[in-house]
Order: sequence, then C-alpha cells, then structure tokens
Amino acid sequence: MANLKIGDKAIDFTLTGTDDVKHSFNDYPNKHRVVIFSCNHCPYVRAWEDRMVAIQTDYVSKRVQLIAVNSNDAIKYPEDSFENMKVRAKEKHFNFPYLLDGDQKIARLYGAQRTPEAFLFDEQSALRYHGAIDDNYDDPRAVRRQYLRDAIDAVLSGSKPPIAETQPVGCTVKWKTA
Amino acid sequence: MYWDECRSHDEALARLRKVLAEGHVAAEIEVIRVQSDAEAVGLKFTGSPTILVDGRDIQQPQNTHYGLACRAYRLEDGRISPLPSEAMIRRAIKRNS
Repeated sequence: MANLKIGDKAIDFTLTGTDDVKHSFNDYPNKHRVVIFSCNHCPYVRAWEDRMVAIQTDYVSKRVQLIAVNSNDAIKYPEDSFENMKVRAKEKHFNFPYLLDGDQKIARLYGAQRTPEAFLFDEQSALRYHGAIDDNYDDPRAVRRQYLRDAIDAVLSGSKPPIAETQPVGCTVKWKTA
Repeated sequence: MYWDECRSHDEALARLRKVLAEGHVAAEIEVIRVQSDAEAVGLKFTGSPTILVDGRDIQQPQNTHYGLACRAYRLEDGRISPLPSEAMIRRAIKRNS
C-alpha cells in the first residue's frame, strides 16, 4: 500500500529530468498534478506510455500536469539508466517531465510499489486518486474503465472521483539492495 | 515459464490453452515457476511470461539478459505488451507442427 492516503498532501520533491533541468512538484502551483512512478524497462509501462502522452495532451489546457518519476535500480536494470531515460523521452515524445529518483527516496516516501503507479493531486496538492491508469494494459481499445481520466474529470468538475483508489498493475519498483 | 511478480502469466497461459484447444492440438504444457536470477540464467529466461514451443521461443526476445523481469512482446500492430497475442502463439505452434 502507498504511504499517502486519499486526502493527504503531496510530498514535495526536486529531481533532475531528462532535459537536465531540476523539476519540483511545487513548480506547478495552481495545477492538478499527476505523479506517475514509471521506468523504461517494464512492459506494462511501455504498454501505457502512449496513453500517458495522450492524457497530458488532452488535459494540458485544463491545468493538468503529468510528472513521471523513475526510481528503479539502474545497476540491476540498465535499461532504466538516466541515459536511457533520455533516449526514451525523446523517442516517445514525452510531453511531461521524466525525472530520475536515483536514491529512491521519493518512491519510498510515496510508498510506490509498481510501475506505472499514478497519484493524482488537486490544485491544493491533496491526493484525489491513486492506482492504475485504466483497466486494460494489453489493449487500449478494450479499456472499460478510465480510472485516471475519470478521476481527473471529476476533480476538474469539483466532484469526487468515482473510484478514488485501484490496485496498481505493473512491474514492481526495483529497489536497490544494500 | 513465469515469475510471480508479473501478473500477465495467468492470462498468457489461458491464451495458450485456448489456442491449443481451438487448433485441436494435443500438447503437454509444462509450467515452470522461476524464482531466482540463478534459475533464470540456468533456464535462459529473459522475462515473464515466456512460452517455448518444443523448446523454441514464440518470439525472439528483445534482449538476451537472463534474469527475473517482466517480458515485453511486440505485437502485430507494433504496440508493446506484457502479453503475447493469440496470433503469435498460433503462429509458433503452426511453425512447430
């Protein structure tokens, strides 16, 4: 389970992005923010990547900001290195910051378990949705429940998300061993 | 072959059974749970789920790093999925029959 509960305030962070610029959660005040723990190597992430880009595209004008964070151990999973993150961000035309959480501190603070795992915060930085992006990693055309989009729409309209929490589906965060 | 942490293995096994049943293929399915990197190296396991038909992988792995990981399949339309498609399994069985 995540450390953050629905209603909890976001934990700020400052991490370096694939653009070599430091990004903070609080760089986007007065915006709804979606923090997605992500990575390069996980096929679940890769299956959902285009949908992440589409969500940012569709909601950019509605003051919604996606922030992807890679916390994986790049020694054991070299595909998740910062250099490879840069390649992926360029290749997939990421329209959101893709940040490196090299010491895994942010993943631990948030209690992230999987990639991808989404945390939606409203303008006041309160957690409003946590979990999977939607209900079908395998086929975007077969999605029946758009968990994250539905939650964003609800928050934008000033109501409670129909489903505030789902089980994240994906690879486990690859923790460093001592 | 599968690793517990990748949830797609149940669905992959269901797809394999379905394709075999549809094609009236009498085949023995051996399910192997891979639990350590050492086992993965020994089995040349590049990720979960992996389906071998008569010892041959249904899709050439995208990497040859052996270890505990989830497997990425490139589907017919170019998408990446943690699951092999039924068509992919069907082609592999046909190739080996």
